[in-house]
Amino acid sequence: MNPSENSASIEKRSREIRLAALDMISASGASHIGSVFSTAEILATLYDDILNVRPAEPDWPDRDRFVMSKGHAAAGLYATLSLSGFFPQQRLKEFYVDGGSLPGHVTHHGIPGIEVSTGSLGHGLALAVGLAAGARRSGAKWHVYVLLSDGECDEGSTWEAALLASAWTLSGLTAIVDYNKIQSLGRVDEVVPLEPFADKWRSFGWQVDEVDGHSVDSLRHRIDPTLWPSAGGPRCVIAHTIKGKGVSFMENDLLWHYRCPVGDEYDRAVAELEAEE
Amino acid sequence: MRTTFVEGLSELAEENPNILLVTGDLGFGVLADFHERFPDQFLNVGVAEQNLSSVAAGLALSGHIVFTYSIGNFPTLRCLEQIRNDICYHQANVNIVSVGGGLAYGALGMSHHATEDIAILRVLPEMMVVAPGDPVETRKLLPQIVAHDGPTYLRLGRAGETPIVSPEATVKLGELTTVRSGSDLLLLTTGGMLPVAVGVADQLGQEGVSVQVASVHTLSPLDEPMILSMVEAVPIVITCEEHSIYGGLGGCVAEVIAESGLNPTFRRLGLPGRFAEGVGSQEYLRAHNEIGHEALLGLARSLHAQATGFEAKTMRS
Repeated sequence: MNPSENSASIEKRSREIRLAALDMISASGASHIGSVFSTAEILATLYDDILNVRPAEPDWPDRDRFVMSKGHAAAGLYATLSLSGFFPQQRLKEFYVDGGSLPGHVTHHGIPGIEVSTGSLGHGLALAVGLAAGARRSGAKWHVYVLLSDGECDEGSTWEAALLASAWTLSGLTAIVDYNKIQSLGRVDEVVPLEPFADKWRSFGWQVDEVDGHSVDSLRHRIDPTLWPSAGGPRCVIAHTIKGKGVSFMENDLLWHYRCPVGDEYDRAVAELEAEE
Repeated sequence: MRTTFVEGLSELAEENPNILLVTGDLGFGVLADFHERFPDQFLNVGVAEQNLSSVAAGLALSGHIVFTYSIGNFPTLRCLEQIRNDICYHQANVNIVSVGGGLAYGALGMSHHATEDIAILRVLPEMMVVAPGDPVETRKLLPQIVAHDGPTYLRLGRAGETPIVSPEATVKLGELTTVRSGSDLLLLTTGGMLPVAVGVADQLGQEGVSVQVASVHTLSPLDEPMILSMVEAVPIVITCEEHSIYGGLGGCVAEVIAESGLNPTFRRLGLPGRFAEGVGSQEYLRAHNEIGHEALLGLARSLHAQATGFEAKTMRS
């Protein structure tokens, strides 16, 4: 497969993730569809192109570790894992319903392919630092990737971990920030502005790159650690994204951090996502 | 206890290179020898206890046996959610060590008094809570903690505690240690209150009162069968701890007794739901807050007198 063909298949996978998550969230009345849609290309790129994992052998010791720090976008991760073959797609019906097995925030209990449980913001980067330090100490070759939300960059614990990752020159760690610019109660630049965001990470000792988080071609080249300069230390990819990306009436609207599409909204969302193909 | 802990951990670390000691920038003069001997097994994350706990979880999930080290409430209360979510829920092999449990840091003040930690840590699922009574228990429990695959909270005193438990005694994680045998009264202690209880027991012994003393070094899981069997055999039970009477040893034992159908005379000696008052050494604060030797002696004497007086009166009628 040539690179452009591969990008096309990842783009297709992104649409499948959005459609699967739309079904899961609509059927169960869950929240956070906007947060899921902003991550679709990132998750698809990671699982289709970057992560060295084996769906048939989820506990393979040499697998790369992925930490979904923004645990509220769980529907997107479950959909991605299922589409990647970690568990049957039928199981996605078990999301956020009575008697289900896939809770609204990421859990590793009983779900193949999930490394750690999250849901409270500000934990994931520190967990990833521990994993990356542990890998280096053990002489293991696996890499650690962590996906953060912009909102959780309000948490002091995120920056505690950022300080330590560079102090320990953790080259085996790549953080990706889903910078969709909308957090729980408003726009990031109105609640607690993060700018100059890239400079903050740089000043904490990280190598930083910024990317269009919906461009699969760009994501593939910017996330892949082998394509970075070999200078030691952790890397941060700031992915500029759009909350609710893919469905016009959800894009850039705080409402869709909470609202679950019902009736006509669901039909219109499906139509728009399918029209992208 | 802290010196015993570091010496014991050094022996274990020598045998097992997967043991890591991770400090939150504390342990001056205490950890230097470990750091020098095992530079690859020593990490300092800086003054950042939330990070300490989550990083420890990540290290444990990549195959290490991790000891986090700090003092007082810093490695527990500051980072409680990291302990609950990242360590306990993942059943990570992280052992949280706090030096200075109770009022050990005396005159340093409220911020350094750990007097609610047992209650808070013991309700966490998967968490084992251990407060050794003396350096002997500390030394004997440490290899068992290393062998236990899961989270532990190890609450230690500071330094210079008198050994109480015989070096030949069997000390098992999850089982209380009987330190004195007796039939009139049972003193259950945890952590550094053991010498106080033994001092009171010996003094009462000279007065003809037979006192049983047990060190409940493991508070979660609690040695319920042994506690009930001991409670059943005596008319009076007193718990003593350098901790709130709510949720700590007194709370644990009260729960067990309440569900057992037994009805001993039962009292909890500890801080009655308030911060320790006064400024001074551990010894001073124990006395000032009425949880030290004199307070325990007075309480035990008074309950024994009431019980024997009641018995005498009943026999006369």
